[in-house]
Amino acid sequence: MPKKKELNPQQQKYQQLQKNYETKRPVLANCIKAFFVGGLICLVGQALTYFYIYFFNFTEQTAGNPTVSTMIFIAMLLTGFGIYDRLGQFAGAGSAIPVTGFGNAVISAAIEHRTEGLVLGVGGNMFKLAGSVIVFGVFSAFIVALIKTLIMKIGG
Amino acid sequence: MLAMFFWSFVIGGAFCVIGQLLFDVAKLTPGHTLSLLVVIGAVLDGLGLYEPLMDFAGAGATIPITSFGNSLVHGAMQEAEKHGIVGVVTGMFEVTSAGISAAIIFGFLGALIFKPKG
Repeated sequence: MPKKKELNPQQQKYQQLQKNYETKRPVLANCIKAFFVGGLICLVGQALTYFYIYFFNFTEQTAGNPTVSTMIFIAMLLTGFGIYDRLGQFAGAGSAIPVTGFGNAVISAAIEHRTEGLVLGVGGNMFKLAGSVIVFGVFSAFIVALIKTLIMKIGG
Repeated sequence: MLAMFFWSFVIGGAFCVIGQLLFDVAKLTPGHTLSLLVVIGAVLDGLGLYEPLMDFAGAGATIPITSFGNSLVHGAMQEAEKHGIVGVVTGMFEVTSAGISAAIIFGFLGALIFKPKG
């Protein structure tokens, strides 16, 4: 986002003008779409969780892991056939927030850079989009776990 | 069981609505939104709030990206209980391994199989 204070009056006027012409985002419609698509993806995830609990003897706690892997596998197929992109255009955050969106970000980056070679293209660019999620996830988890451990150490 | 399906749908959908609001109202990019949600997931687990949500909503809590932050903290805490501060670093990916490994393996396979679409 541009910093407001560095703009002269003319630029501010232009920004105001630009704002008027900007298409209003249909926030409510987008939210409803995101809710249903995101909910459906989680519903599929829940069905897979029960599948792993009943047929592969996972417990409720551990069934999350194979479920996530399977969802990412499905995301690979959908991304490869170009379906996930279209879903993303319709659902917005509904397809981006579930773990399939993370899978899609990794996989589409890998496919896109295939022409640059396996090592520098696929290997180097795979986490181009999803890397920030891992970096911020790991760093914040580190801080949280560190604080929690220290509190436990001091508390008892 | 039916209640579990219902709540996974509602809670999973609710996470996506939060994401959509961050897109549309706060005007964040998808990258910023996902990073923010992962951090929120990590903090929620730090406060001990994410596990009850997972028991309550099942996949509605494990499928959204917030669960990634949650399981990172979880792995770190598991090891930290055994080995102290060092465990925070060594245990970080213990629980999350499934998601990251799957993404790398299937991402590479996908790049071998599929051709980019315009």
